[in-house]
Amino acid sequence: MTPGRSVGAPTQSRSVEVRPAGRHALLVELPDAERTGAFHAELLRRRAAGTLPQVEEIVPGARTVLLDGVAHPEELARRIADWDVPSRADDDGGVVEIFVRYDGPDLGQVAALWGVGVDEVAARHSAYTYRVAFCGFAPGFGYLTGLPAELHVPRHDTPRTRVPAGAVALAGPYSAVYPRATPGGWQLIGTMPDPAPLWDLSREEPALLTPGTRVRFVAETQDGTP
Amino acid sequence: MTVKLTVVRPGALTTVQDRGRRGHAHLGVPRSGALDAPAMSLANRLLGNAPGAAVLETTLTGCALRPDRGVTVVVGGAPCPVTVDGRPTAWGVPVRVPAGAVLDAGGVTAGVRSYVAVAGGIAVEPVLGSRASDLLSGLGPAPLRDGDVLPLGAPAHQPALPDAAPWPAPPTELTLPLRLGPRADWFTPAALRTLTSATYRVSQHSNRIGLRTEGPPLERVSAGELASEGMVLGAVQVPPDGRPVVFLHDHPTTGGYPVIGVVAETALAAAAQAAAGTPIRFTVA
Repeated sequence: MTPGRSVGAPTQSRSVEVRPAGRHALLVELPDAERTGAFHAELLRRRAAGTLPQVEEIVPGARTVLLDGVAHPEELARRIADWDVPSRADDDGGVVEIFVRYDGPDLGQVAALWGVGVDEVAARHSAYTYRVAFCGFAPGFGYLTGLPAELHVPRHDTPRTRVPAGAVALAGPYSAVYPRATPGGWQLIGTMPDPAPLWDLSREEPALLTPGTRVRFVAETQDGTP
Repeated sequence: MTVKLTVVRPGALTTVQDRGRRGHAHLGVPRSGALDAPAMSLANRLLGNAPGAAVLETTLTGCALRPDRGVTVVVGGAPCPVTVDGRPTAWGVPVRVPAGAVLDAGGVTAGVRSYVAVAGGIAVEPVLGSRASDLLSGLGPAPLRDGDVLPLGAPAHQPALPDAAPWPAPPTELTLPLRLGPRADWFTPAALRTLTSATYRVSQHSNRIGLRTEGPPLERVSAGELASEGMVLGAVQVPPDGRPVVFLHDHPTTGGYPVIGVVAETALAAAAQAAAGTPIRFTVA
């Protein structure tokens, strides 16, 4: 897998590029988030059907899927280049609802960036259905896509030293909920009152938001009811 | 009855480690596990433990423990003085610690991380299939503190003792063979030459997440932003300051800086034992 041989030079087929990542891993690069999600779903389908060779980790990113712990990466790279990947149906999988109190310290700034009143932020943010594109940063932290381009907002220049668990946040194309208190540079627009389900080690699947999961935010009213 | 170890001196950073967590990277869960995996395995083998039984990984200053019953231990990895109730004893081979006596693994004389293995293994509750402490995401037991009590598993009845314990010496110079990619094309040809011809040094800011380096910055072709993508163990990520960071076991599962190459996993045990200031040579394998 040294560059210049087989997968070393990116394999071009149906705009999929397969790049080597060390001796046992492949980084599959796709043109956009939509096709990345579809390719990830296809990998999971093939793994469930037993037609994917042994792979230890399947890690989606924004426009890539990493396959790590692959016994014969060069062979798999050649096969991937020939795959026909169907696009993903919009209603593929169930929807997780997350209740949000829209009370974040950056509501005003986001409203200004969106050119709307503060009250309108909740209505807009909760109007879309999102999908977990990938996870990272902290266990249970999902990067949710689905916000239209005109609503993308920049990160803060200087991150906060502490963002509380349950903070509902925006940055670039993504929306997210912080599963635990960490430093963070995203714009905080609200609070998930009970963030415990985001990461619960007592469950068989500890993460509430796994790659591919669809998510809807539901605004809570003033009296705390949805 | 369960034997318990009380922490008498936790040292600068002592964590419980085993072979780490696999199969959860897509949830943002790092692999974690012993940075010098061969040292952990050898220490376990000398006690008749399974090769991946949980051990203690110390950092530079060792640690001290008091068992409530007699136990057999091995202190290996980075060499250090070992005492039982203040009396010097052997490093790198099984040592008997009587009930109530204090085993002290002292400050390293070379290298960075010593491993304290105990017959039966450290038996803290596993999280996602591993007892490893993961400093990035906070999974597994927290780093040891004064007074912590650790349970031990049942020791093997017949330790399979090898004839000799071949502990490698910590490196005085570190050679890191890497394969270029996946983002080598984000760097100028001059940067690729610099990476493999310049001498880097291990930065004192290195930790279980990454081996940070000091040396000439690597120049990128363009200043564009990379969208977050999955990261492998051994990935050489290059942040905006241009100094390569070699990802070790607690590395983030996704990252947004380009990876110029990936260091072979077999070279990472030496990387874990390379003290600050150790010269590094990257070679293209």
